[in-house]
Amino acid sequence: MIENLKVSLADREVLKGINLEIKPGEVHVLFGPNGSGKTSLLMTLMGFSNYRVTEGTINFKGRDITGMSIYERARLGIGMSFQRPPTIKGLKTRQMVALCSPGKEIQLEEMANRLNFKDFLDRDLNAGFSGGEIKRSELLQLMAQNPDLILLDEPESGVDLESISLIGEVINELLERKPGKSHATSSLERRSKRTKAGLLITHTGYILNYVDADVGHVLYGGLLSCHGNPRETLKCIQEMGYQECMRCMIRN
Amino acid sequence: MKGAREGKLQRARDAANKTAIFGEDLDLDQFIHEAPSHSDVENLSVLSQYDKKELLSAGVDPDVKGRSGSFMQIDHSVVHHDIFQDGLEIMSIGEALEKYDWLEDYYWHAVAVDTDKYTARAELHRDQGYFIRALPGVKTVFPLQACLFTAKNGLAQEVHNIVIAEEGSELHIISGCASSYEVRSGLHIGVSEYYIKKGAKLSFTMIHNWAEEFAVRPRSASIVEEDGVFLSNFVCMKPVKTLQMYPTTYLLGTNAVARYNTIVIAVPGSFMDLGSRVYLRAPGTRAEMISRSITTGGDVINRGHIVGEVADSKGHLECHGLILSKKGLIYAVPELEGRVSGVDLSHEAAVGKIAQEEIEYMMSRGMSESDATAAIVRGFLNVDIMGLPDELQQEIDRTVNMQGMF
Ligand SMILES: Nc1ncnc2c1ncn2[C@@H]1O[C@H](COP(=O)(O)OP(=O)(O)OP(=O)(O)O)[C@@H](O)[C@H]1O
Ligand SMILES: [Mg+2]
Repeated sequence: MIENLKVSLADREVLKGINLEIKPGEVHVLFGPNGSGKTSLLMTLMGFSNYRVTEGTINFKGRDITGMSIYERARLGIGMSFQRPPTIKGLKTRQMVALCSPGKEIQLEEMANRLNFKDFLDRDLNAGFSGGEIKRSELLQLMAQNPDLILLDEPESGVDLESISLIGEVINELLERKPGKSHATSSLERRSKRTKAGLLITHTGYILNYVDADVGHVLYGGLLSCHGNPRETLKCIQEMGYQECMRCMIRN
Repeated sequence: MKGAREGKLQRARDAANKTAIFGEDLDLDQFIHEAPSHSDVENLSVLSQYDKKELLSAGVDPDVKGRSGSFMQIDHSVVHHDIFQDGLEIMSIGEALEKYDWLEDYYWHAVAVDTDKYTARAELHRDQGYFIRALPGVKTVFPLQACLFTAKNGLAQEVHNIVIAEEGSELHIISGCASSYEVRSGLHIGVSEYYIKKGAKLSFTMIHNWAEEFAVRPRSASIVEEDGVFLSNFVCMKPVKTLQMYPTTYLLGTNAVARYNTIVIAVPGSFMDLGSRVYLRAPGTRAEMISRSITTGGDVINRGHIVGEVADSKGHLECHGLILSKKGLIYAVPELEGRVSGVDLSHEAAVGKIAQEEIEYMMSRGMSESDATAAIVRGFLNVDIMGLPDELQQEIDRTVNMQGMF
């Protein structure tokens, strides 16, 4: 739950009053042109110090987390897949994944296998990883971390067509949205049991073919608008561009 | 032979007051020269538990587990040497000079006796040191360990070590320098000469564990013949008042290789002036220097110098420094000197603090700020980039882990 959030980055106001509520079990999608502040919003939710909240509040699990440190937020259950994570020299990916889940028994090899990422465990974290490899590394860490609110910054950009389905599958799993095998339970019932929430940034929307999102938003001019069905929003952007799309949406 | 010594002594006398190029000029008269002689130690495990701890921190295992042999010198007395593998020799340099006439030819061959007042001093005093040799084709199963220990406060210990890896041999040595837990100050002058013959390999790991007020002046050089490999690792994570060294390697034979790895932590009050220099003097020779230094308040000067004298030689110097406190200095001075075309020399240096972005990234996975910093620092110091044999790697990991600061 985000209320009237204003955020400055290097003395420039990037977010100018964001209101957004993501209920447990929901997945929201964030569209918006390059530089519109999508990453900034996610980084702010995670608590990065460069992103200065000048106004507004962020609440999570009934608590005001606006002033909380990053790791307190992480421990409270927020996790993020980064668009451009830093390289940590000398720290093996394997060690990092273990650090993401202290005290928990994790099936590291198995998880890495699922992501087709086993060969990278003994490489320095993010060092020379290709675009697609970074995404898989980020997801592997999130699998170990297992957060309740998952912030995904362009999880599919740079990922080859075959790997997208793999990544989509893992994201679904993280969000507890594995397509139900038993048809006995109604989709409504499944829905009500879900607790994991997500906020996902995408430009192309490819990932939406795998991850079933609930609400879409467009970030433009520091404000959120066009709240609606994510596929329709995407279609509108594709057909008319961000600006036109916003106009028509507002008119509606 | 006597004549040979006389010539060296004369040069030493002439250089007795010669100031070293780098490092604070020490007044040698400030140190004590006489030390009581120590009786032989049959078994290193009888040492006091405090001293054993100091040894362990210097990579020396008093229980000699997983070692091919051990050497220990306390102050001026060689108290222990033992070898468990055929084809290897370990003894005091004095004993070796008596045993082998030819050894005088190696003595001051790689290092010049009149380099400075410290080398001169070592010649004038000849306070022992070790001699280690692998006979042709012999390969150490486990590393050998040598320990130079000071037990008397304020003492000047001057040692001269010679290591010879004969043709086709493979020698791993861990050399730990430490002082007793009761010692606060002193001077250690360590001359070391390494001779790596054709096709031989020497991996030499030196770990220093001194006291806060210690002054240390190692003077070492190595000569590597055709297809020989010299791998030198230096680790110092404990306080030391002043440490200055600039070990040099001469790659004389075709395809000879030298690699220097340096890992140091300078705590407040520590001053380290470190460097390494390699001369590429034959085609196909390669040199690599990697250093990782951290300051938590002390000063580190990191020098490196690669001289390419023939075509088809190659050298790379990598120097990374991390500043973890408001005070403290890391000064990187990489030097490349190509004297002909066809040499390929490069360097990479970076000094700074940990990027906030990295810490916050780690924190976003649930680590506290200090845990995140520790993980990044451990990564920074991670030495497995260095291709160490497992046993040595474990030794260093243990040293890293023993640091209370992480
Ligand atoms: N450290 C910084 N200093 C100054 N401006 C910055 C800094 N980091 C980001 N910005 C600017 O803030 C704005 C928002 O950036 P942000 O990364 O949030 O955009 P985005 O919507 O995620 O874009 P993209 O779709 O390209 O990923 C951009 O104009 C960017 O250039
Ligand atoms: Mg972005």
